[in-house]
Amino acid sequence: MNSRYIVPLIAVIVLFLIAYLGAQVSGLQYVFGVVVPYLAILTFVVGFAYRVISWTRSPVPFAIPTTGGQQKSLPWVQHSQFDNPVKGWQVVGRMALEILTFRSLFRNTRMKLTQGGRLAYQLEIFLWVGALAFHYAFLVVLIRHLRFFTEPVPYFVQLVENIDSFFRVEIIYPIFKFGVPGVYLSGFVLLAAVSYLFLRRLFVRQVKYISIASDYFPLFLIFGIAFSGILMRYFTKTDVTAAKELTLGLITFRPTIPDGISAVFFVHVFLVSILIAYFPFSKLMHLGGVFLSPTRNMPTDTRARRHVNPWNYPVPVHTYEEYEDEFREKMVEAGLPVEKMPEPAAAEEPEPAEEKE
Amino acid sequence: MADETPRPEELIQIDHRPPKKDWMDVPVNIRKGMYCYAANPKSVEYVGLPHAREWNPMEEDWKLPEDWQDIIHKGFKERLDKFRSFRVFMDICVRCGACADKCHYFIGTGDPKNMPVLRAELLRSVYRNDFTRMGKILGKVNGARPMSLDVLKEWWYYLFQCSECRRCSVFCPYGIDTAEITIMGRELLNLLGLNVDWIATPVANCYRTGNHLGIQPHAFKDMLDFFVEDIEEITGVPVEYNINKKGADILFITPSGDVFADPGTYTAMGYLMLFHYLKEKYGFDVTWSTYGSEGGNFGFFTSHETMKRLNSKMYAEAKRLGVKWILGGECGHMWRVINQYMDTMNGPTDFLEEPVSPITGTKFENARSNKMVHIAEFTADLIKHGKLELDPSRNDHLKVTFHDSCNPSRGMGIFEEPRYVINNVCNHFYEMPANTIRENTFCCGSGAGLNAGENMELRLTGGLPRANAVKHVHESHGVNMLACICAIDRAALPPLMEYWVPEVDVTGLHEMVANALIMPGENERSTDLRGEDIPGREVVEEETEGESEEQADE
Repeated sequence: MNSRYIVPLIAVIVLFLIAYLGAQVSGLQYVFGVVVPYLAILTFVVGFAYRVISWTRSPVPFAIPTTGGQQKSLPWVQHSQFDNPVKGWQVVGRMALEILTFRSLFRNTRMKLTQGGRLAYQLEIFLWVGALAFHYAFLVVLIRHLRFFTEPVPYFVQLVENIDSFFRVEIIYPIFKFGVPGVYLSGFVLLAAVSYLFLRRLFVRQVKYISIASDYFPLFLIFGIAFSGILMRYFTKTDVTAAKELTLGLITFRPTIPDGISAVFFVHVFLVSILIAYFPFSKLMHLGGVFLSPTRNMPTDTRARRHVNPWNYPVPVHTYEEYEDEFREKMVEAGLPVEKMPEPAAAEEPEPAEEKE
Repeated sequence: MADETPRPEELIQIDHRPPKKDWMDVPVNIRKGMYCYAANPKSVEYVGLPHAREWNPMEEDWKLPEDWQDIIHKGFKERLDKFRSFRVFMDICVRCGACADKCHYFIGTGDPKNMPVLRAELLRSVYRNDFTRMGKILGKVNGARPMSLDVLKEWWYYLFQCSECRRCSVFCPYGIDTAEITIMGRELLNLLGLNVDWIATPVANCYRTGNHLGIQPHAFKDMLDFFVEDIEEITGVPVEYNINKKGADILFITPSGDVFADPGTYTAMGYLMLFHYLKEKYGFDVTWSTYGSEGGNFGFFTSHETMKRLNSKMYAEAKRLGVKWILGGECGHMWRVINQYMDTMNGPTDFLEEPVSPITGTKFENARSNKMVHIAEFTADLIKHGKLELDPSRNDHLKVTFHDSCNPSRGMGIFEEPRYVINNVCNHFYEMPANTIRENTFCCGSGAGLNAGENMELRLTGGLPRANAVKHVHESHGVNMLACICAIDRAALPPLMEYWVPEVDVTGLHEMVANALIMPGENERSTDLRGEDIPGREVVEEETEGESEEQADE
């Protein structure tokens, strides 16, 4: 009914099928395993750089930080260092809190209007939890995947893997096996968080009202990626050695397509390729933009240090002289000091500023 | 007009559920009571802004220039290239919806286009169509639409339903500031001559006479003289003041609204008394100015350029008079401009000195570059150093709460200084709930030039969250006085209180200071600055004439 999520849903399903079916056609495997990933990465790098450069080419004419706490003023007034940062390290602190802990989102409240006409604002933590879970799970998944691009696998990747798999579940029946190899929580958290973010868009009316195709598309895409990844790891059991041969080949610019790679793997790689190629043209660029937001990344010492506007230009002003020329008689009469006493002989009307037209 | 405004019981019936229809398919409905009248062409013309003409928002034809779409497109492009904020904010919103119920206009009206995210989408939809490939290819599914007359009308209606209070920007995970988007949107509208009169005429007035109200220099002085008379009547002290005085130490600039209308006038009287006190005791030398008789800046609600043009008077006048630094009165958006724009636009100020309080010797290091000190900072410092003789019990009949004004809160962060002053000049102070004060404060509903009479319904709905919080402390603590440090607040909050919480009055900070201030040589005070009896200190002797007059008034 709502084309804003139906269209991206169909798009992702079509992409899924393209990769799944395409990978079965011999010859096309090279396209899905090598050509598309390379093109995607190229698009990502060029697009990301282009976008960030286009942002930084626009100057910051005014210092407009949002102040979220007490300013630094008198020495005996407690200054809010991270919400009204003055020094560079305080700004870094504010940005770090913002980027690592989503501090502003943590402030979220939900407004309620009671029958009696009272407004109440309750802490609303789910969006923050969901967003945090989503982003950190994604980060862990990314780090884990470095295993496929490194030989030997660096220690920190193994460390992350170990932590990620601390939770062990093993179900071993002849017909259903799960948990071997060890379960990585991150993948499931990611899947759950993506589902939450999607359902929220679907069922919170106000959020549904504002959502557009480019809000749903990445969610479906990431859902597809996580789903295909989990499918491969725990159920269809893709040949990991062969997969790594392919990915290592990509990273060392000696691409090969080893035998025994399943279609699901190509689906996975294809959807990831679509995601990273799509990235620079979408709202996903908030990854870069959050660093450049002038309301957050500027110090608030705007009265203590002059911020320079590169395009500041002179503007027409109404000078004191013009002002006094218009009101001189009245000023003198009222006993207000004037720069120039009126000439007694000149009985002409004072020329108002309009005369300039 | 007042008759047409719905009653509180009706206005509180707010439906926050958005309609089923796609928001792009819901045409704008410009409704009486929710919009301000179109700018008077004479005012637009006076400051040389384009396309001055008579037009009426309710009419089909807005008499737009032939090439208006081109003007908007080019203006949009120009601003994307000049303001990183604009470009980044157009690109990075993820529509998480955290801002949705943070806007006082959304809370008060339930109109989904008052959700900050959707207000921004009004512009973003055109941005996508005009400036992004993805938008052009996918169109409406991806929230893109071409500019049209309906879109323009929608912009106008909703960009003048935003008071640029920045509350949403506190909650946005990327700091997207709707004020910034509204500022850009209004600049674009001004390219087509589409300002509202409540902004355009004050701008023209300020340009010509030095203040928004168009008070000419002799009349300005007259008003101060009236205050002097009133003060003498109440305290017995004939206060003296300087005006346009060359060589004074300090120039004082405050919003002209306080010189003109109650209850701001009592705050203006408070300034006069404080300055007189400091002069008598410590030889404080401060001057008012008629050329610089406006602290506020409605140019800020018009365009960056207009803001700069009006703001230029502050430094120009400081230079002409040869003062050392500038002291600024209680005002909201005035302080956003001073704190975040003035030095950049009209500085550097090498002709001024780094501000030092001549009384306490305190260096205001936080203002060392732009040389302008907030009077709450100044007075708090005086009190801290024991320089003011105060009798807070004179304010004992007041149960006070404090409304943090939007701009000094989220564009400056002045929270403790006014509270420190309040706690020293009155004995009964109660905070409103934490979600409604400080950086979470709610707008009065009339900021950013929306304080007109014809849009009263908008003001009352927008002011609902503030009023509701006041009502809470009124009921739980018997609060009867709402203090603020903003002249727009002093004009906007009284009708708001009268509508939602009729038992609560509005005051400026320095009215309370002056009521508590023990002036050298003063009489025993029986009334406050409003001429109202201070309970327990009434003069018992009968004045038959006065009494009958009072009765007649009632």
